[in-house]
Amino acid sequence: MIWINALLQGILLGGLYALFAAGLSLIFGVMRLVNIAHGDLIVLAAYLGLSTTIVLGLHPLLAMIIVIPLMALLGYILQRGILNQTLGDDLLPPLLVTFGLSVIIQNALLEGYSADPQKMNVGALETASLSLGSLSLGVLPLLTFAIAVAVIGSLHWMFYHTALGRAFRAVSDNQDIAQLMGLNKRHVFGIAMALSLAITGIAGILLGVRTNFDPSIGGARLIFGFEAVIIGGLGNLWGTLAGGVILGVAQTIGAQINPGWQLLAGHLAFLIVLAVRPRGLFPRMTG
Amino acid sequence: MPEPLLSTSQLCAWYGDFQALFDLDLMINEGEIVAIIGANGAGKTTLMHSIAGLSINKPHQVIYRGRQIGALRADQVAFEGIALVPEGRQLFASLTVEENLVIGAQTGRKGDWQLPTVYQLFPILQERRTTPATELSGGQQQMVAIGRALMANPDLILLDEISLGLAPVIIKTIYAALPGIVEGGMSAMIVEQDISKALAVSSRFYCLQEGRVALEGQSQTVQRDAISRAYFGVQK
Repeated sequence: MIWINALLQGILLGGLYALFAAGLSLIFGVMRLVNIAHGDLIVLAAYLGLSTTIVLGLHPLLAMIIVIPLMALLGYILQRGILNQTLGDDLLPPLLVTFGLSVIIQNALLEGYSADPQKMNVGALETASLSLGSLSLGVLPLLTFAIAVAVIGSLHWMFYHTALGRAFRAVSDNQDIAQLMGLNKRHVFGIAMALSLAITGIAGILLGVRTNFDPSIGGARLIFGFEAVIIGGLGNLWGTLAGGVILGVAQTIGAQINPGWQLLAGHLAFLIVLAVRPRGLFPRMTG
Repeated sequence: MPEPLLSTSQLCAWYGDFQALFDLDLMINEGEIVAIIGANGAGKTTLMHSIAGLSINKPHQVIYRGRQIGALRADQVAFEGIALVPEGRQLFASLTVEENLVIGAQTGRKGDWQLPTVYQLFPILQERRTTPATELSGGQQQMVAIGRALMANPDLILLDEISLGLAPVIIKTIYAALPGIVEGGMSAMIVEQDISKALAVSSRFYCLQEGRVALEGQSQTVQRDAISRAYFGVQK
């Protein structure tokens, strides 16, 4: 029974990892930009949530109403102001610039919030659980997973059924020809980054209510996000959810065997997938 | 004489580090079909890209309806009413046939060209509307590329090598559609390797050679050997 429990907890944890990964996957898909600062942006969102709850006295989950638009705005400005200038045939400039951004965000958070671990308090919700026979599932992890499924489902729907999604796919296919259609790629990229950071806003808050956070933990969230994307297969959103779940399950099973093996097991699962299926389990579907 | 729809003046353009166009002056009137002919590397595609905004020039080098558009980006030029059917079709692989057509209407310009009219022009596209665009045959892809440009309801359509790599019977079908396209008053600039085809459908032509206009004139009355000389640059 403890194994089934570990499996279920891992699946639910995978929802959070999928949320870390969805924003990464989106902007890589649309503009081939690898955002090294993604993890730190998640942490930034958590701190924004923290400030919102303190200043406005809002429940952390309600703080999303403030944090999501703020992060989206930041994303659009960041893309139009800085990142668009780095995009081109060379993959290195955006890597270097987002790496620099990552350092800046970490240090700014350290300066503003100190290195003390913080946590957002959601009261009774934190310990609430549903019993399933002898298993019990936390309400918060269940909620996180449900949000992840909803976010990825809406992203997928948006990609294949709306004008914006059509524009994303067109720009991803061929930037020049998309321009000929009257699409300003700089604006489309700005929207994509805004969407990516809006999801980061959700992920950051859910991270902040689940565990302690401090300015230095962004790097590990970035790695989890990357691993989920690669396991699932680049450019496939449902694959990203699957990737997050596989990573989460590997971690909780690993921790069940030996508490020290949690991260190791996750990385091993990632390496095995990379060795056996270098393009991921579900590489980009057509249509 | 009325003001031309579009003209270039002293247009110089580069293809990478290589200068492809030298002080090019040409123009097209409203409702006119103009052919651009010339050997490979003569600068035909660079000319198309300069007009469409895929390569940026000085503002005054391209004049459209009295406005300087030489420095506009491609998306801004699209809103002005110029559409390019690019060489090699260049359809969006992740989009279905219908999505490729619909995205052509992105500028929101009003006009007769909408999905039903494009499907009327190329009925095969309606049958295959849900297919990923790049799974079609070359000829059908070319129809999508032309339809996509038409969906923008442009005033000027630039057709770059629309017969390239297609079977003669397909080329015939596509060229047969041309009169129906321009009868609504649309102007067209056609780049074509097949000189007789180009001259047959156009009223005037420009022959480019190494980035300069080597010969221009009326398509119906031009002497063949004059074209040969301008085309290959041989002196008699």
